[in-house]
Amino acid sequence: MALFSLARSHKAARVLPGFNITLGFTLTYLSLIVLIPLSALVFKTFTLTWPQFWEAVTGPRVMASYKLTFGASLIAALVNVVFGLLVAWVLVRYNFFGKKVVDALVDLPFALPTAVAGISLTALLAGNGWVGQYLEPMGIQLAFNPNGVVIALIFIGLPFVVRTVQPVLEDAEKELEEAATCLGATRWQTFSRVIFPSIAPALLTGFAMAFARAIGEYGSVIFIAGNMPMVSEITPLIIIGKLEQYDYAGATAVAVVMLVISFILLLVINALQAWQRRHTGAPA
Amino acid sequence: MSTAINPSVRRAQAGTTEPAWVRYSLIGVALTFMFFFLVLPLAAVFTEALRKGFEAYWVALQEPDAWSAIRLTFLTALVAVPLNLVFGIAAAWAIAKYEFTGKAFLTTLVDLPFSVSPVVAGLIYVLMFGAQGWFGPWLQAHDIKIIFAVPGIVLATVFVTFPFIARELIPLMQAQGNDEEQAAIVLGATGWQTFWYVTLPNIKWGLIYGVILCNARAMGEFGAVSVVSGHIRGQTNTMPLHVEILYNEYQSVAAFAVASLLALLALVTLAIKSVVEWRHARELKATAELPQEMPHA
Repeated sequence: MALFSLARSHKAARVLPGFNITLGFTLTYLSLIVLIPLSALVFKTFTLTWPQFWEAVTGPRVMASYKLTFGASLIAALVNVVFGLLVAWVLVRYNFFGKKVVDALVDLPFALPTAVAGISLTALLAGNGWVGQYLEPMGIQLAFNPNGVVIALIFIGLPFVVRTVQPVLEDAEKELEEAATCLGATRWQTFSRVIFPSIAPALLTGFAMAFARAIGEYGSVIFIAGNMPMVSEITPLIIIGKLEQYDYAGATAVAVVMLVISFILLLVINALQAWQRRHTGAPA
Repeated sequence: MSTAINPSVRRAQAGTTEPAWVRYSLIGVALTFMFFFLVLPLAAVFTEALRKGFEAYWVALQEPDAWSAIRLTFLTALVAVPLNLVFGIAAAWAIAKYEFTGKAFLTTLVDLPFSVSPVVAGLIYVLMFGAQGWFGPWLQAHDIKIIFAVPGIVLATVFVTFPFIARELIPLMQAQGNDEEQAAIVLGATGWQTFWYVTLPNIKWGLIYGVILCNARAMGEFGAVSVVSGHIRGQTNTMPLHVEILYNEYQSVAAFAVASLLALLALVTLAIKSVVEWRHARELKATAELPQEMPHA
C-alpha cells in the first residue's frame, strides 16, 4: 500500500475528508474487475511450455491474422488522420448549414453498437447494396474481403482523430497566422509551417488511439470481413475460434500477445499526450 | 460593411482563412466523406428494417426472444452503469483532490480496459469463472453459473465500460481545484454535505456526459459479451447478440429491426450529449461574463 500513500507534506490535502475511503474503494474495485482477471490471463499462459506458447502464437493462420489486423488497422488509422484532420478543420474554421448536426454526428461510431455498424456496412457494400451495386460492375469489391476490414476500422476510428485535433485547433492562436501572413507567407506556407506543427502532437495521439482501437475491434469487422482463414480472419477472431475448440491455452497465448501490444500502445498514447501537454502548455 | 473595413485589416483576415473555392471544396470533401461513412450506414439500418413494411417490422419486434434480449440488455446496463458511476466518483475524488505517489500509474490503470480488446475482456472472465477456470470447480460444486449466464454478461460489460465515467470526471475535477470544497469544510460542512452541495453541482454535466456514454457502450457491447454469453436464445442473448443470430440466419428484416432500436439508442445518446455540451458551454460563458469580484477594502 505504500505505493499509494498520501503525500503528507501537502497541507491542502489533509483538509478534505474521504481520501482513505475513496482510494480504498477505487483500488478494491480496480483489483476485482480489472487486475485479478487480467492476471488470470498471465497465469494461464504459464501452463504452457515455451515451445507450446511459441507454436500457438506463430502458427501460419495466426501470423496471417496479425498481418491483416495490423495492416488494416494501420491503413484505417492513416485514412482517419487525413479525413479526421479535414473534418476537424472544417468544423472549427468554417461556417456552413447544419454544422451542429454534423459535429454531433462525428461521435456516431462511439454511440452506435459495433454489431449494428457491422451489419449495416455489410448491407451497403454487398453486391446488392446501395453502394456495392455501383462498385461491383467496376470490379471493386469492398465486402467479404480485407477491404471490408479496412472500411469497418475507418468507421470505428474516425472520432478519435477528430476529437483530439478539434480542441487544439480551437485553441490555436490566430495571431501567429496573422504574423505569418504579414511576414509574407502564403496560406499554404502558414498551414504547413505554423498551424500543422502545433496540431501534429494531437494528430499523432489521435492516430495512435484509432490504431489501438482498431487492433482490438471485433464486432463491426466480423460481419463484413468474410472471415476466410489466411485471408480475412482478424486476430480477435482467432481467439474466439480457439475458444470454440476448447483450446483455452492457445486462445490465452494469442490473447497475451494482444494484451502486451495494447499495453505498449497505451504507454505510447500516454507519452504522446504528455508531449502534447508540454507542447501546448495547457492541461488537456 | 466591407467598405468600412480598413484595407490592412482585410488583408490580415485574408491571411487567416482560405479563398472561397478552397473553403467550399474542403467542406464538400469532408461532408461527402461523412455522408458515406456515417449517414449512409445509419440510414441503411432503418431502410433495411422497413424493407418489408411496418407490419413485418412490428412482428419482428414482438417476438418473445427479441423481448427477452431487450430485457437482458436493460438489466445489464442497469447494473453496470451505477457500479461504474460509484467507482467513477470515488476514483475521481481520490485522484483529483489529493496528491499521492503512484497517482499517474493509478490513472493509467483506470484507462486500461479501454485498450484491451473486447474479446480478451471476455476471455479473462472465462479463465476465472469458466468450467476449467480458477473458480470453476468451486462454482460447479455450489451450482452457481457465471459464464454462459447473466452474471458473466454483467461482469464483462462492467469491464468494458469501466473507465467511461472516471475519465470524464478526473480532468474536470482536477481543473476545478479544491478551493470551494475547502471553504465548505472550513465553514463546518461535513464531507458528505461538501460533496452533495459543492462538488456535485460543479461536475453534473460531466457526470451526465459520462453516464450516457457508459450506458450506450453497456447496451451495445458485442465482443466481450459474445465470449461469455453462450448465445442461449431467450436467456443469455443481449440485443447486439440477438442481432447477430438473426443476421446469420438470414432473417435480415428481423435483425435490422432489433438493430434499429440500438441505432435509435445511439441517436438519443448523441442528442443528449450535444444538449449537455451546449448547456455546459453556455454556463461557462455565463460565469466568464460575471463581473470580477471586488476585493474588500
